[in-house]
Amino acid sequence: MMARVSQTLENLNWTAPIVRMARGENPREQINVIIRGLGVPILAFILFLGVWDSVASRIQTSLGAVPGPAQVWQQAESLWEEHKAGREKAEAFYERQRVRNEKKLAKNPDAKIKWRDYNGPPSFIDQIVTSLYTVFAGFALAVAIAVPVGIICGLSNTMYTAVNPLIQIFKPVSPLAWLPIVTIIVSAVYVSDDPMFEKSFVTSAITVTLCCMWPTLVNTIVGVSGIDKDLINVSQVLRLSWFTKVRKVVLPSAVPLIFTGMRLSLGVGWMVLIAAEMLAQNPGLGKFVWDEFQNGSSNSLGRIMVAVFTIGLIGFILDRLMLSIQRYVSWDKSSAVR
Amino acid sequence: MSKEHLNIDHVSIEFDTPKGKFKALDNVSLKISKGEFVSLIGHSGCGKSTVLNIIAGLLQATEGGIVLDGKEVNEPGPERAVVFQNHSLLPWLTAYENVELAVKQVFKRKKSKKEMREWIEHNLALVHMEHAMHKRPDEISGGMKQRVGIARALAMEPTVLLMDEPFGALDALTRSHLQDSLMEIQRDLKNTVVMITHDVDEAVLLSDRIVMMTNGPAASIGDILEVDLPRPRERLVLADDAHYNHLRAEVLRFLHERHSKPDVPTIGKVQEVEQVGAAEKAEKDNKLDAA
Ligand SMILES: Nc1ncnc2c1ncn2[C@@H]1O[C@H](COP(=O)(O)OP(=O)(O)OP(=O)(O)O)[C@@H](O)[C@H]1O
Ligand SMILES: [Mg+2]
Repeated sequence: MMARVSQTLENLNWTAPIVRMARGENPREQINVIIRGLGVPILAFILFLGVWDSVASRIQTSLGAVPGPAQVWQQAESLWEEHKAGREKAEAFYERQRVRNEKKLAKNPDAKIKWRDYNGPPSFIDQIVTSLYTVFAGFALAVAIAVPVGIICGLSNTMYTAVNPLIQIFKPVSPLAWLPIVTIIVSAVYVSDDPMFEKSFVTSAITVTLCCMWPTLVNTIVGVSGIDKDLINVSQVLRLSWFTKVRKVVLPSAVPLIFTGMRLSLGVGWMVLIAAEMLAQNPGLGKFVWDEFQNGSSNSLGRIMVAVFTIGLIGFILDRLMLSIQRYVSWDKSSAVR
Repeated sequence: MSKEHLNIDHVSIEFDTPKGKFKALDNVSLKISKGEFVSLIGHSGCGKSTVLNIIAGLLQATEGGIVLDGKEVNEPGPERAVVFQNHSLLPWLTAYENVELAVKQVFKRKKSKKEMREWIEHNLALVHMEHAMHKRPDEISGGMKQRVGIARALAMEPTVLLMDEPFGALDALTRSHLQDSLMEIQRDLKNTVVMITHDVDEAVLLSDRIVMMTNGPAASIGDILEVDLPRPRERLVLADDAHYNHLRAEVLRFLHERHSKPDVPTIGKVQEVEQVGAAEKAEKDNKLDAA
């Protein structure tokens, strides 16, 4: 287990020398590597902040000067404070409710108790959680569709010729074009008195699905159809059933490419989600940005910039996450994954 | 020994290509008896792999067919196990698991878990791979991969073992080791073997008969050479053996003459070769009588 962790850490470029130094491999050289691996990016980032700061203060907008790094950091802190305050309010609300209900029960054990949900405005953190939840739902649905379809198309030339034009046509469609259709269809079809999911959530998730399934689909097809002819021959000589063939030969051989596709898909999904939330006013980071834009207070630009960094950072983390999974499941360790 | 074990019966095949039909094989007929070791030799692209794939059932003959023990076969099956030229092991499975996949498929419900494990290990031991059973193909050498491929094929308990240039990509030393292993295994198991090779020494050393194919397109069998060297054969002893060298020269001559003059009618030559072969045989018989 430890070996695996240190192996994974080593895969992250800059952590490698630290891991190696911990193992006692030639400390001086490792420090040099750290300086190059970690020092250079940090220097570049500081330079970026400097340029940003000097440029930002010179641009005047209707909402005041464009915020520099310091102001944005301030906004980040205040968003965090707001989140904590919101949490406290919610906890106080639930606490009051609990006390009230207990009193009621003490008076009359048969009394009906009602639990009300706290209905305060969602904080920045809540929006992040909603967005993550939505993107994973849409992504999971996309994978659940794209991988089986990809396998079938990859194995059968006829299916491929049938499906390929559809893929080519739908692949470049922007989320903004899907959204109205999805919204209208979801409101027409998804009617229930006690819905398991919010309608807005379903709309965003499906839009994400529609936009992000293509890389996985295309890569699965390429992976499956590119399987070594000899391996297919082996499965024929063994008289493997169709299902066993797919499970034991086709899928494992396509796994590296399927995961490459899934990684691209998750990236696309995250990008699409923000746009969809903005346009559809669905809860999430996109709505946060839009609300701040509409709000137009002197803090708005700073807050939007916090959102921008958050979106970028989360996108980066998601990508690294997929990369680690990809490395872990892929038998083809030689295939350079970056 | 009946000659009716495996019958390649007037097989022809045409491929559909963008430029129309391409006739790769024309009227290939060969009868192989049980336990016989037959080599196919011929120039690159003449259709050796095609013959083997038709026997394996991976390709369908346009005319004629394959009869194994009185039954026509036209689809692949584990009783005709194939050792592919580039090992074709599943790269994500260890050597053991690769053999296991075949054993589980072939001996489903016929062997218990324990018996299967022993059978897998036994076959890997046959090719001297017991020390690296749990390594994956990218962790073992080319020769070792090829051995695992042979173990996988043997583990299917095939009636006929088909090998497409099994040692083609290996260095000379590894190749001779594997040839020795293969001779040993075949002596013990008495499989029927059809092997494609480019290596004249290998063909003469291992085979009971060498089938020499004419150049394509529309390739067919040019000549068949009986290799009547006594077994067990020792490569070092044979190196100085006159008869061995004569057989070698025979194959070389065939390959070179076909190569330089592919259009020359070959009937006369074949007869000549056959006569030489017959004379040789007579001589040998005499020697045996004298002894
Ligand atoms: N699927 C196919 N479609 C069209 N032509 C084919 C096909 N398979 C083989 N051929 C042709 O049939 C001929 C024989 O091919 P084959 O692979 O059997 O040769 P070979 O004797 O095994 O050659 P080598 O020694 O190089 O392996 C070649 O000319 C090849 O181009
Ligand atoms: Mg070949």
